[in-house]
Amino acid sequence: MPEETGAPTFGDVAELWSYLSTEPLTWLTATILAYLAADAVSRRLGNPPLANPVLLAVLLLVPVLWLSETPYARYFDGAQFIHFLLGPATVALALPLWDNRETIAASVAPIILALVAGSVVAVASAIALALAFDLPPEVILSLAPKSTTAPVALGVAEAVGGLPSLTAVLVILTGIIGAVTVTPLMNLLGVKDWRARGFAVGVASHGIGTARAFQVNPVAGAYAGIAMAANALLTSLIVPLAVGWFGL
Amino acid sequence: MLLTLGLLLGCELLGEVTARALALPVPGPVLGLVLLVALLALRPSLAKGLRATTGVILANLSLLFVPAGVGVIGNLEVLSRDAVALIVVLCVSTWAAMLAALFTFLAARRLGRRGAE
Repeated sequence: MPEETGAPTFGDVAELWSYLSTEPLTWLTATILAYLAADAVSRRLGNPPLANPVLLAVLLLVPVLWLSETPYARYFDGAQFIHFLLGPATVALALPLWDNRETIAASVAPIILALVAGSVVAVASAIALALAFDLPPEVILSLAPKSTTAPVALGVAEAVGGLPSLTAVLVILTGIIGAVTVTPLMNLLGVKDWRARGFAVGVASHGIGTARAFQVNPVAGAYAGIAMAANALLTSLIVPLAVGWFGL
Repeated sequence: MLLTLGLLLGCELLGEVTARALALPVPGPVLGLVLLVALLALRPSLAKGLRATTGVILANLSLLFVPAGVGVIGNLEVLSRDAVALIVVLCVSTWAAMLAALFTFLAARRLGRRGAE
């Protein structure tokens, strides 16, 4: 059949695309490629706060899904393999904690006090502000655990009656807000203590803040990791209590 | 690498099982983290073998948040309805938490140093 030897027709391309767009492998690959591109751009620019790799990768992927009319559930069929790694990655934070055990032991009091202050303010201010704005209850409950790492926040939100998929987005946005603003904010305040800078961003913006801290300074990164891990523990205890206090 | 992955997943699974069995409010991976720290305290020699793989995972932590971030596409309705309020709440609350942790940390260190003198 001579027509099959010619250039691919529009029909062939459409058929190929309809196969590719339903294939989990496509979206898994797209996620990794988007991240690699975002990370390369961020590095090339010298890791400026606004060129956050998570933000850039999401901004690359969302138009692709939109144009190809791919529903999020189909995208997630492929991307879930990466999402799944959040669990083992949380466990892996044991290593920086262990490696820094001597420094941590030397500043146990500041760590515990700053952790409690940051964690309580993160949860209470989110609920109080959301109430002031008269947001719907399920949105408020999804906002409450926003400063803790994604897998923990999803579990906490679900337990108190929030919407896990909305929580995931609010957690990511919180991470990006912290990661983008921490460097200018700390420089403005003239804070030069890398431990305090790292710890603050780790408490307020979990893994994305921690990834930013590692970009800037290794000591800040280690302290951000400590803050993030400890806050994961504390937030899961504070949110159910806070929800009760606010009568939600 | 496989050994590390097996250990990480094993700790997570044990954490998950413990949390469910005891009906704890703490998520499984967090208990898994505590468990791994306890294992490292019992056998410090474990750390050396783990570091290569955990280093790769933690260096690319940002990648793991991308699938959840793309979820923005499924929540555009809620997000656009309350966009201004949500942005204000997220920014103010995140900065408040950051500043609370920062100033508490600095104050506690200053007090500790004064106490030691």
